[in-house]
Amino acid sequence: MPTAILARLVLVEARRGGLPWLAAGSLALALLLAAFLSQVALTEARSLQLAVVAALLRACAVFLIAVQVSASVMREVNDKGLELMLSLPLARASHYLGRLAGFGIVAAALALVFALPLLAWASPGAVALWAISLALEGTLVAAAALFFAMTLAQPVPAIAATAGLYLLARSMAAIQAIAAGPLVEPSVANQAARFGVEAVALLLPSLDAVTRTEWLLYGAPDAAAFLAAMAALGVYVVLLAAAGLFDFHRRSA
Amino acid sequence: MGVRAAGGPGATAAVELPPPPSPQALRLASFGESPALARIAMLYVQAFDQPLDYPRLIGWLRAILDLDPASQYPLFAAARVYAEVPDPARSRLMLEFIYEQYLADPDRRWPWLAHAALLAKHRLHDLPLARRYAAAIDRHTKAADVPLWARQMEVFILEDMNELEAARILLGGLLASGRISDPDEARFLRHKLEELEGRTRFK
Repeated sequence: MPTAILARLVLVEARRGGLPWLAAGSLALALLLAAFLSQVALTEARSLQLAVVAALLRACAVFLIAVQVSASVMREVNDKGLELMLSLPLARASHYLGRLAGFGIVAAALALVFALPLLAWASPGAVALWAISLALEGTLVAAAALFFAMTLAQPVPAIAATAGLYLLARSMAAIQAIAAGPLVEPSVANQAARFGVEAVALLLPSLDAVTRTEWLLYGAPDAAAFLAAMAALGVYVVLLAAAGLFDFHRRSA
Repeated sequence: MGVRAAGGPGATAAVELPPPPSPQALRLASFGESPALARIAMLYVQAFDQPLDYPRLIGWLRAILDLDPASQYPLFAAARVYAEVPDPARSRLMLEFIYEQYLADPDRRWPWLAHAALLAKHRLHDLPLARRYAAAIDRHTKAADVPLWARQMEVFILEDMNELEAARILLGGLLASGRISDPDEARFLRHKLEELEGRTRFK
C-alpha cells in the first residue's frame, strides 16, 4: 500500500520535525492566556476563556498545518527527494494522495489534542463537533497548502497564498455584509463590486460557518446544518486534491 | 527595554477612548471569531479609566453587542460599572442605552433593565424613569423564567409615586391574569391589593 506508506512517512516527518512540541507550546500559550484573562474579566470569565482559547487554538492548528505542509514539500523539492519519488514505479495519484492523507491525519491529531482542554469549559458534545470540524478544516488547509507548495515551488508564496485563501474565506461573510450594507450607494460601480464579491464568495469555502466558537458557548448546532457545513468542506478538499493532482500529473520527472 | 519600562503598565489609563469602530469593521477584523473579539474588545474598553466620553463608550458597547448579541458582558458593564457613576447625566445616558438594548432582546436582557430601574429609583430618585423601565419589563418580556418580582416592580414604583389607583389596577390585573402560581406569593399580593384598596378609599 504505497499510499499508506507515504502517509506514514508524513507522520514520521511531522513527529521528528518538532510538530508535537509546537502543539504543546500552543496549548501552553492558550492555557496561560486563559489564566490571565480570568483575572481581568469582570464577568463571563469562563466564556471569555473558552472563546479566546478556542480561537487561538484554531488559528494555531491552521498555521501549524499550513507551515508543516509547505516546509515538507519544499524540503523534498530542495533535497531532490521529489524527483527520486517521481522516478519510482509509483502512481502519481498514490504519491499525492498519500501525502495528503498523511497531512489529514496530522490535522485530525492536532484537532483532537487542541479540543481536549476545551472540555474544561464546554460540553463534550459541542467539543466533539468542534474537533471534527477543526480536523476537516485542517485537512482543507493541508490540501490548499499542498496544492500551492507543489504549484508555486517556493515556501513564502505558498504560505502566503494559503493564508490569503484561508483568511479571505474566513472573512467573506463580513465582506458580503459590508458590500450589501444599507449605506452603499446603488451606483453601477457599487453594484459591480457587490456582484464581484458575491462571485468570489461562491468560489470560496464558507469557513465562517465551521469550527464556530458559538457551538462551544451557546450550544451545538443542529445536525443538518453541521452535516451540510462538513459536506461543503469535504467537497472543497476533493476539489483542491483534484486540482493538485492535475498539476502534479503535468510535472515532469 | 528602558523606554518600554519607563512607559509602565496601564498606558491606556491616560489615553482617551478612541472613537468606536463600526460593527461591520469589527466583524471583518474578527475573521469569524466574533465571540472572542467581542470579549477582548470589552477588556480593551474596560481598561480605560473614568471620566470617559460616554457617547463614545456607548458606541463601543453597541458595536461589541452587535458582534456577539448573546454575550451579557457589555450590558453587565453598562449596568454595574458605567451606570453606577456619581454623574447623573452620564448615568442616564447609560440607562437609556440599556433600555434601547433591552428592547432588542427582552427575554435575555431583562435583568439589566431591572437593575437600571433600581438605579433610576434609588440613585437618581427619578421615579417616572424607573416606572418606564419597570413597565417595559412587564410588557415586553415573554420568557417564562422571569421572576414575578421583576414583573411587579411597576406596582411598587407606582406606590412610591403615590399613584395608588394605577398601582391597584395593575396589581388587580396581574392577579386576574393567572400568571401567579405560587400560593404564598398570590396571598401576599392579594393582601397588598387589599391594602391599596383601603388606602385609595381613604385618599
